[in-house]
Amino acid sequence: MEFVADINIMPMKEILDPQGKAVKLGLHNLGIDQVSDVRIGKHITLRLEATDAVEAESKVKTACEKLLANLIMEEFSFEVRIA
Amino acid sequence: MKFGVVVFPGSNCDDDTVFALQHNLGQEVIKLWHKDHDLQGCDFVILPGGFSYGDYLRSGAISRFSPIMNEVIQHAKRGGYVMGICNGFQIVCEAHLLPGVLLRNIEQKFICRNIHLKAQTNQSLLTAGLDQERAYRVPIAHAEGRYFTDADTLKKLNDQEQVLFRYCDAQGNVSEAANPNGSLENIAGICNESRNVFGLMPHPERAADEALGNTDGKLILEQVLNVLV
Repeated sequence: MEFVADINIMPMKEILDPQGKAVKLGLHNLGIDQVSDVRIGKHITLRLEATDAVEAESKVKTACEKLLANLIMEEFSFEVRIA
Repeated sequence: MKFGVVVFPGSNCDDDTVFALQHNLGQEVIKLWHKDHDLQGCDFVILPGGFSYGDYLRSGAISRFSPIMNEVIQHAKRGGYVMGICNGFQIVCEAHLLPGVLLRNIEQKFICRNIHLKAQTNQSLLTAGLDQERAYRVPIAHAEGRYFTDADTLKKLNDQEQVLFRYCDAQGNVSEAANPNGSLENIAGICNESRNVFGLMPHPERAADEALGNTDGKLILEQVLNVLV
């Protein structure tokens, strides 16, 4: 069966995200002063073959832990659905 | 001693590193293609600077899975010497040969200029022979050089004298003002617990020839030859 995984990878909250900080400044310059915090991460979608959702989730988790995210600086979350 | 410089797709300091080792230090050196599975008898492996795999995903993240990295990791685990310079430092961190990670510079800019370094310990091959009071002038060229690790690991790095270099000013003062990229405690280079894997963001190979007007980098590079003594 083919599955689709939607993966979000975000910098950890305790780590300064200079990119988010710069974008916050841009939003303030745009006049949206109400924005109090911006953090920028990555969204990854991938398709994979697996016998069931459990196997697909376990594969995606391994992919996140071993390559897609660096757990020293990032957190990840994902959803897996049938393609 | 035979040196091997690994060439990844997107490495751009491989030739500089080979030149410095061969011409400035007079050593035997070969290039190792990242798809090879053999270190060809190299005693000292260097992962050079550059933008391997275009820095896609995270700098160093994809190179860590290049075929030759299996051999490099085994070599390191056997006690063999490995040094990562700039992008190479990012790769050895991603490969978990060194603790921590290199984050985006605090000011978001790519920084390419001379900085000063102070050696922090006489308990490592790379720094034992250096003047611990002198500031060494070496260039940096990176966008992701902000060293970061968790508090426990940082304490361990300090307690075990694994910090090799900190950024300092021309007089050798390690201060916030002399920190170019927001690195944790001005860290510019570290080694592993068994002291055979080194990582540093500055480029000693770019300051190793008289023609470049600065040979402080040569003083750092030639420390590795002390292994022969």
